[in-house]
Amino acid sequence: MHPIRKKRLTIVLFLVAGLAIAVGLTTYALRQNINLFYDPSQIAAGDAPMDVRIRAGGMVEEGSVVRDPDSLKVEFRVTDFSASVPMEYVGILPDLFAEGQGVVAMGRMDANGRFIADQVLAKHDEQYMPPEVAEALERASKGQHKAADAEKAAESAAY
Amino acid sequence: MAFDSFSAFIVMEGHGPYVWACYAVFALLVAGLMIWSVKRHQSVIDACQRRYVHDAKNSRRPAHKASATFTRVEISQD
Amino acid sequence: MWQWFHKLGSPKWFFGIATRFMPWLLAGGILLLAAGLIWGLAFAPEDHRQGNSYRIIFIHVPSAFLAQSIYISMAVAAVVTLVWRMKLADVFVKAIAPVGLIFTFLSLFTGAVWGKPTWGTWWVWDARLTSMLILLFLYGGVIALDRAINDEKSAARAVAVLVLVGVVNIPIIKYSVDWWNTLHQPATFKLTEKPTMPMEMWLPLLLSVLGLYLLFGWLTCIRMKTEILIREQRTRWVRELVMAGGK
Repeated sequence: MHPIRKKRLTIVLFLVAGLAIAVGLTTYALRQNINLFYDPSQIAAGDAPMDVRIRAGGMVEEGSVVRDPDSLKVEFRVTDFSASVPMEYVGILPDLFAEGQGVVAMGRMDANGRFIADQVLAKHDEQYMPPEVAEALERASKGQHKAADAEKAAESAAY
Repeated sequence: MAFDSFSAFIVMEGHGPYVWACYAVFALLVAGLMIWSVKRHQSVIDACQRRYVHDAKNSRRPAHKASATFTRVEISQD
Repeated sequence: MWQWFHKLGSPKWFFGIATRFMPWLLAGGILLLAAGLIWGLAFAPEDHRQGNSYRIIFIHVPSAFLAQSIYISMAVAAVVTLVWRMKLADVFVKAIAPVGLIFTFLSLFTGAVWGKPTWGTWWVWDARLTSMLILLFLYGGVIALDRAINDEKSAARAVAVLVLVGVVNIPIIKYSVDWWNTLHQPATFKLTEKPTMPMEMWLPLLLSVLGLYLLFGWLTCIRMKTEILIREQRTRWVRELVMAGGK
């Protein structure tokens, strides 16, 4: 390669590398601000500020959703499988809101450690499948449980 | 076909407006981009063509003028 | 290798090659895209959670793919402009920046319309959506900067530097969903890993992605040809070509 071109190429590479490092360090320093929401474990550890509007996200715990029969009030727990936060929300939930599915809620922590949400967004995963497949999967996993239960029962019966 | 009828296909269980709006804007912008690019290409070719024809005339005219002045000089001498 | 590289730098040679490839790119692109979209819209099964709204994926993902690929290719061309001063590389950047702008807009728009029924909001300032918006502004900046500088050579260099500065945004877009908490889900359509969707959803998506890439190839050819005509209009080969009908 021509020496002038080599020099230009080095300058260009240095420019890009320097810039990448600068941006990398900045985003690393600001990572908490870039995160859209706090995890339940961060909230449990007290990382999330009190009485400030924050977002909290995680999975809706199975069997934790309690709907108020007279109003639109809903209570549920959001978990990341190491900690969980109780939440309450008054309003219409998105269609994809369901137990065992991801949500991101906006609101504030009250003094009792409850999260009072004023907006709930559904977070879906990257798994797409036809309804029949989903049903089949569910049946299969239940079937496995049943089979395992039956096995256990058989074992205990044998003893 | 994933739908039972044409109307079910349009409605898409209530998601129709969202899906069709996306596809409409997509088709509009992609087709528009293609048509605009073709038209622009053609107009540049036309402009070049006009210019070359114009230039060709202009380059002929000075030669003509030169000969004219030459003849005029000759005539004046007569 | 270098001979090939220099040949590629010749506008006349490129013009001929592009003219030869264009009909194939156009026909293949329209065919694949139409097949993918019709399959995706009418024949692919619905999703078990999102129902039919997920059908937006068949235009959202191809648009987002192109928006990023176009920027990466512009960055490669920018390096060539700065190091080798190859004119054709600058022609490329100029020709496809508006295409990139349109596809970035399309991926943002389809994403917003998709977000309303699934997430419950049109827009949220999460890392993926925000970095994509920055990409839109980068394309806008490249186009504006190019128009603002009259001198062809200094415009080429300024644009190349801006494109290179913006390229750090690309890995941020790609990995934002893995590095930070975002509302946007991780990638479904990956070239390197097993897809997270069944074949009857993945194949139409693949067809639309390939079709849109071919259409982009066609757009690149015709737009670069236009730019070459403008720049080389004083040369003899362009003059002969245009007078012969511009083919």
